Amino acid sequence: MKNNVVKVALVGNPNTGKTSLFNELTGLKQKVGNYPGITVDKKHGKCKISETLTAEVVDLPGTYSINPQTLDETIVLETLLNSSGESYPDLVVVVAEVENLKRNLLIFSQIKDLKIPTLLVVNMADQMERKGISMDLEVLKAELKSEIVLISARKSSGIENLKKEIENYKNWNTEPVSNFLDKIDPDFFSEIKTVFSEESTYKPWLLITQQQYIHFLSEEQQKNIAFFNPASEKIKKYQHKETVFRYQKINEILKKAYKVDASKATDLRAKLDRVLTHKIFGYVIFVGVLLLIFNSIFEWASVPMDLIDGLFANLSDMAKSNLPPGVFTNLIAEGLIPGIGGVVIFIPQIAILFLFIAILEETGYMSRVVFLMDKIMRRFGMSGKSIIPLVSGTACAIPAIMASRNINNWKERLITILVVPFTTCSARLPVYAILIALIIPNQRVMGIFNLQGLTLLALYFLGFAAAISSAILLNKVLKIDNRSLFVIEMPNYKLPSFKNVFYEVVEKTKAFILGAGKIILALSIVLWFLASNGPETFKNAEQIVLTQQDNTGLSEGELQKKVASYKLQNSYIGYMGKTIEPVIAPMGYDWKIGIALISSFAAREVFVGALATIYSVESDGEDTGTIKQRMAAEINPATGEKRFNFASGMSLLLFYAFAMQCIGTLAIVKRETKSWKWPILQLTGMSALAYIVATITFTILS
Amino acid sequence: MGDTIGSLQIGESGIIEDFSLDLIPLCLLEMGCLPGKEVRLIQIAPLKDPLYIKVNGSHLAIRKEMANQINITKL
Repeated sequence: MKNNVVKVALVGNPNTGKTSLFNELTGLKQKVGNYPGITVDKKHGKCKISETLTAEVVDLPGTYSINPQTLDETIVLETLLNSSGESYPDLVVVVAEVENLKRNLLIFSQIKDLKIPTLLVVNMADQMERKGISMDLEVLKAELKSEIVLISARKSSGIENLKKEIENYKNWNTEPVSNFLDKIDPDFFSEIKTVFSEESTYKPWLLITQQQYIHFLSEEQQKNIAFFNPASEKIKKYQHKETVFRYQKINEILKKAYKVDASKATDLRAKLDRVLTHKIFGYVIFVGVLLLIFNSIFEWASVPMDLIDGLFANLSDMAKSNLPPGVFTNLIAEGLIPGIGGVVIFIPQIAILFLFIAILEETGYMSRVVFLMDKIMRRFGMSGKSIIPLVSGTACAIPAIMASRNINNWKERLITILVVPFTTCSARLPVYAILIALIIPNQRVMGIFNLQGLTLLALYFLGFAAAISSAILLNKVLKIDNRSLFVIEMPNYKLPSFKNVFYEVVEKTKAFILGAGKIILALSIVLWFLASNGPETFKNAEQIVLTQQDNTGLSEGELQKKVASYKLQNSYIGYMGKTIEPVIAPMGYDWKIGIALISSFAAREVFVGALATIYSVESDGEDTGTIKQRMAAEINPATGEKRFNFASGMSLLLFYAFAMQCIGTLAIVKRETKSWKWPILQLTGMSALAYIVATITFTILS
Repeated sequence: MGDTIGSLQIGESGIIEDFSLDLIPLCLLEMGCLPGKEVRLIQIAPLKDPLYIKVNGSHLAIRKEMANQINITKL
């Protein structure tokens, strides 16, 4: 017999272990793709159900109801309503958690109404006894008109039963749990059924109430929807009634089949809550967690980063010495390999950051932080939920901006997206590191603090301060209807599951590399081209340098450096640098720094590499020894002083703290806000601020 | 003016009365915050907002402005 494929959609509330089940079913055979037209990650994978049946499993975003509140949640609605869509499932598995069965059954009852074969999976069944819960499975099955499987995804128990049940999906009962809608207003809903000529009432009802989220409506459907006037009071009232009726029925059912012995409940949750949301300890612990994260990002990541750096430098050399010389080899050795290296080097930091965020979310601590910080963040026009993007922003603004999706208030989300790029991301570090090493003396203050370290810390605070102050400003300026809608679940505390954390880190890191990596790679190739090509003077560089008088008597190596430097001056990018020199002169920069500024527009960390190329020193970016010496020796011909003195160095540090030097971030902001307006505002605002601050700094200090 | 969730002290409970559909979003109902259900205030965030409540078996955090619009009968 041929191997059949069945499409399975996993649906359920957040924190039910839906993702654990997905990991359990698909293991390493999972992939992350995109839903057509939108940028929500689509997690899917294959799972062998039996010898003759394979399941294509999709992990739909966690949601409390089929009526969506956030962008991610609209996916559930769209997937389950679009019966001709590519992702439309053959069957749905609703994952519920034994402790919150009541709330979890709401979405189960909604999906049952769609008449798609639906199975209920009750997770964490192994904890029933400990929590004093008893359940009459047979009664529950009969009342819910559905098959039920008890599992414990973390202990991998019950998975075989689940597979057996899925194999039999064609025999499942597809009747709704109860006829909720007809109870509200039989005439009205039978009219809906007639007008839409649909078998079920629930589907057209969803089309009417959720039409703003659905993209695949036909003209006729739109006409029918308009006929029922979706904005009317009546529709709203019926939606409320529907929810009330559903809960009534669920309560009735659970009364018969589900009991909790309250005396057995532990108060661990209450104890932890008292400490973690305490008005003093709560904040102390949160700051401690933040310090731990930042410290780890630098301490733990430095070793693998050095390794990666060295590896790519070696690869470059190997390519140069082993491939036949020519343009193609140069492209590989000077464009491609350093370009890929520039992406790969951030993997350790980003993976560590995602590791911490995954752990904080898995344990349930993140919800407590959101609770603690909401009032403070609201003063700045943001939400408690903005904390997650702002913390993630210290690794990279791109995933941070994607993490803002669960903020359902548009104004709060927009402000968060706009200010996140001010936080000190890992790409600023190489720039800060070399400039601090140049202009700040390596000495101790008050015997303990290292002055260079303190400067770096100050730059971190400056980043946060800039984010907060611009948020305050945006909050005053932006005129957007600000209806507060803030309801979050405070999940029970859990030990993080190693498997879930591992998959989360791998998946997020992969998404970052593939997403941001493409842009950085493409731009480094463009930069390489612009820096290694130019008009006539560029092509004849060697002859011109040789004929210059003061170059006679130089060694072969020194001469080569001179040629390289002359070539750069006369390359396309060299001309670009000279063109912008008058503009950047007030900040204390010359055309060479200008080239580095232009180059690093793609990504900030390119600055060091670009300067290294410009000063024609063999450098691979992190190796600051030689490039640092070269920068220290650079003289400003106008004043006869050092080019990188305290004034110009500080000006550069502050420029990089504020400037929007990242194409990847602009691209993601465009994607997430669906408009060019916001990335352009961000670019001009941040660049203007950087320019003004850097100019003032330079003028005062010099 | 009667009592609302916003006027509860930590540890106090009340029964939710019927509320106005305009002021309360559907998602709050869907999370289990329904008329006739018991609500208990578990914790108040340090700056007096948001509120951490247990209602109908769910543990939720909601902002004070919303809590002030949900009328209750104190127990």
